[in-house]
Amino acid sequence: MTLFVEILVSVLIVVSALFLLVGSWGMIRMPDLMTRLHAPTKATTLGVGGALLASITYFSVFEGQFTAHELLISMFLFLTAPITAQFLAKAHMHRNLDPVRDVPRAGEHGWSTYEAPAPSEVADAGDRHH
Amino acid sequence: MKEEARKPLGRGQRWIPHPLLTLLLIGIWILLQNSFSVAHLLLGIALGIIFPLMTASFWPDRPNVHNYGKALAYFVMVVGDIVVANIEVARLILFAKVADLHTCWVRVPLELTSPEAITLFAGTITMTPGTVSCDLSADGRSLLVHCLNEPDPEAAVQRMKSRYEARLMEIFT
Repeated sequence: MTLFVEILVSVLIVVSALFLLVGSWGMIRMPDLMTRLHAPTKATTLGVGGALLASITYFSVFEGQFTAHELLISMFLFLTAPITAQFLAKAHMHRNLDPVRDVPRAGEHGWSTYEAPAPSEVADAGDRHH
Repeated sequence: MKEEARKPLGRGQRWIPHPLLTLLLIGIWILLQNSFSVAHLLLGIALGIIFPLMTASFWPDRPNVHNYGKALAYFVMVVGDIVVANIEVARLILFAKVADLHTCWVRVPLELTSPEAITLFAGTITMTPGTVSCDLSADGRSLLVHCLNEPDPEAAVQRMKSRYEARLMEIFT
């Protein structure tokens, strides 16, 4: 049983380390900022998740205490990764992209990065349909 | 509102304006302590009641979650998709030729209207296969999404809408 858990923990750590390595490698290999953005939001999620799972398993089985700190870490990660990605993308859009040539039209109105929403539209979009 | 009808006490509404937030805060407090005892639970409950009261004015509306079973099913499905996304993106990073990647921008028209649902949808798009959500349109009716490798942008939009947005519609409305 102990051996089995040791193998499980080792496999989890090695696999997650591999994913973290691939995520970092993607940052080097991809040609521009938008494609680079895909590497840290995806490949590293599983890397960190696997390491946290290994931590939970190890401390629960060998130290005899159930820990759940790790769940909090993964929750914060899931909350912050998309927001960070979005802010990086927005900064990139401002600095390097042309709103007409480089990105698709946003329908009737522009994207909020380029165009401040009209007050009437904000009220409209925030209005819940009951 | 359904939540109000479900609550047994009228006065509870005043003291616990956001029952979900209260539960979440209690859960986070106990996880932060990393051990369970009655003292931690009581302190957690106190904090879970005090914080929502102090911040109530920042939360004019409550997320209208109508179907918790479907919300849980959605969560499980997204976790599965995140694992697939990780493997898929890792494969692209390691083996795909950079010149062969079909990167593209797509516009995803939104049917969701509540800010919480749109936030969840955008977050889900970022965490799942080959897509990162980048911007919301000024009128709040479309999302700008970047695809890492998508030969058929139209199909990608349909996939996101049918797989995630349709389910979120059922959860929130």
